Amino acid sequence: MDIRAQVSMTFHLDKCIGCHTCSIACKNIWTDRKGVEYQWWNNVETKPGTGYPRKWENQDIYRGGWQKNGSGEINLRGAGKKRGLLNIFHNPHMPVIDDYYEPFTYKYLDLIESPAMDDQPTARPVSLITGKPIDIKMGPNWDDDLSGTPDYARKDPNLADLSAAEQEAMFQLERMAFFYLPRICNHCLNPACVASCPSGAIYKRGEDGVVLINQQVCRAWRMCVTACPYKKSYYNWHTGKSEKCILCYPRLEAGHAPACMHSCVGRIRYLGVLLYDADQIQDSASDDESQLVDRQLNMIMDPFDPEVIRSAQANGVSDSTIKAAQQSPTYKFVKEWGLALPLHPEFRTLPMLFYVPPLLPVMASLSEKNTEQADKADPIAKIWSDKWLYDTSTEELWGTIDQARFPLKYMASMFTAGDEGKVKTVLKKLMAVRIHRRRVTVGDIDDNKAETALKEAGITAEMADDIYKLTSLAKFNERFVIPAAHREQAIEMLDFAGDTKGSVGFGFTEKPTRGI
Amino acid sequence: MNSLDNFILIGFPYAALCVFLIGSIWRYRSTKFKFSSLSSQFLEGKELFWGSVPFHWGLLALFVGHMSAFLIPRGVLAWNSHPARLLVIEIGAFIFAIAVLVGLINLIIRRLSSDRLRVVSTKMDYAILGLLLLQVITGLWIAYNFRWGSSWFATVLTPYLWSLLTIQPDILAVSALPWTIKLHIFGAYLIVFLIPFSRLVHFLVVPIHYIWRPYQRVIWSWSRTDVRNPKSPWSIKRPRNN
Repeated sequence: MDIRAQVSMTFHLDKCIGCHTCSIACKNIWTDRKGVEYQWWNNVETKPGTGYPRKWENQDIYRGGWQKNGSGEINLRGAGKKRGLLNIFHNPHMPVIDDYYEPFTYKYLDLIESPAMDDQPTARPVSLITGKPIDIKMGPNWDDDLSGTPDYARKDPNLADLSAAEQEAMFQLERMAFFYLPRICNHCLNPACVASCPSGAIYKRGEDGVVLINQQVCRAWRMCVTACPYKKSYYNWHTGKSEKCILCYPRLEAGHAPACMHSCVGRIRYLGVLLYDADQIQDSASDDESQLVDRQLNMIMDPFDPEVIRSAQANGVSDSTIKAAQQSPTYKFVKEWGLALPLHPEFRTLPMLFYVPPLLPVMASLSEKNTEQADKADPIAKIWSDKWLYDTSTEELWGTIDQARFPLKYMASMFTAGDEGKVKTVLKKLMAVRIHRRRVTVGDIDDNKAETALKEAGITAEMADDIYKLTSLAKFNERFVIPAAHREQAIEMLDFAGDTKGSVGFGFTEKPTRGI
Repeated sequence: MNSLDNFILIGFPYAALCVFLIGSIWRYRSTKFKFSSLSSQFLEGKELFWGSVPFHWGLLALFVGHMSAFLIPRGVLAWNSHPARLLVIEIGAFIFAIAVLVGLINLIIRRLSSDRLRVVSTKMDYAILGLLLLQVITGLWIAYNFRWGSSWFATVLTPYLWSLLTIQPDILAVSALPWTIKLHIFGAYLIVFLIPFSRLVHFLVVPIHYIWRPYQRVIWSWSRTDVRNPKSPWSIKRPRNN
């Protein structure tokens, strides 16, 4: 057992309202510079949709992540020692700027400096690269809220597993649903970007698991851009260095939540420490696709287990970090309650950002006319004036999940490598919490039904209350449990303390070596 | 002509070598951030393939060829003693040089024709492209007009280069060579001279060590094992994060 600490995140997708405040907070702090204007270390995508960069999930195009070869080992799909070094002069699967968008601004001064004319002056868009006028073809969140459109939603790579009929049903105007997917770097346990970097510029910090690019060592071989299956390593075209989300580590070290999390309007984000067993990384990442989620969750250890604590201490994990792990909201969502799943586990990078899949697009709106479930609606069901139903349940407890208007297969392709059962388990738990709380607060659901719901979902009433509390009432300090950065050790991240420890005053002006 | 020869063949090579060594080390230590291949593939990816790939692979082959004539002249001469083998090596080298030329022309056209690339191009980039073009053209000219270069390089240029390295410069044989060859030699020194001032530094940081290193890299701000070792309280290794 080799226990290490990872600062890990949970995003509760039911709560995301798609306001992009997180993206703006991040942009203002980190990427408001020349060369990185197009980079959104945090971005929010509408799903179904093609995302940013376009179709990033389609690894036939971008060749990101790991793949399992015939002998059961995993290797990088589009990079690695052999492929990376042979393609170093031209990286054939690297996205170029047009796959993201050409950054632009408007010539606002033309509006006030234009001479008097018959027509109103306009502010023409100009490229932030060349400074010349351009026709804008793409921009950040170009496909925002455009679910159902042929150009975006229907080209979503996750639809590949769905039959044509299922896709058609999904995009009927009456049944259409979408949800938002906020994305930052996953700070993976088996990061493809680290493995792909020929210079060795990318590394994972041992203390908190943040994955960083050393700007002094990066030489623009740009393999990380290809290797990251989430396309969260970006190339700065101006400096010739790659950059990525740093999980606001300067803020973390000072005890603040990362900017995107701090600013989150829907309060969907949770951050806390997970203790994991690093010995299992290789085996977990190389297992069969159906086992990947379970293996990854099995690596996350119980922070109350004395043996785990002993091993963590032996590794230099400080007591305050272990304590933070015991209060970690991420641990609760991921392990205790089993509500959160990793994004695209089939990329085999063991991402440490977990998502609670959204229940709302699944259950919302059963039509009175064309669903048999509608006839079995509870008396408490809210029936809208246009005969649409919106409810957590029908007489058949899981009717809305079994006949979800939003195909579970789609969500399974995002969160569980295609296993619909796992998505269903989570959604049932979410639904059971709602039924339970409705019984407690409104009281129009009979106890029997509520208990059955909890039992079938596999949670207790106390657990349901805890889930409810952390989901809807949690305060700042409960959502973000940040371990102390230990300033007394922090100096060692920059300097060698031994230099000053054995010296006097301002130290030696000459190295105190023996002899000449 | 004599003083010019002395400059081109003795003075300048030493100056170029000094500038290259001191300049590169100094730049690596003081402005490490600027050590980069400065790839522009992100702004233009398609045409780059037809420029960068033939250019780099061709150049790599030619570099190995020149180096082997310099390092193992006897081996090269022995290989060349058979006319068929001489033909193979000469024609092979010529083809690689053509690849470099084609790649270089593509790279120049690409850099001049794209608005985006002009933004990230410096004067030194253009100077280097022009210099390399001159070097390849003179190289091809020499290979075509003064046949069997691989043999006479080993007999004429290798002793000269070694005489430079051993600080006993002997330019008697070299100064009798035609001016095109001297131009090629001067071009080579000029390129060496310009390395620390240009993006050419990226060849000094070719990531060979990637082959041996493990795929994953985890860095701790302090060594977890050393710090617990009572034998090494004064010799804890420096963290290599920064």
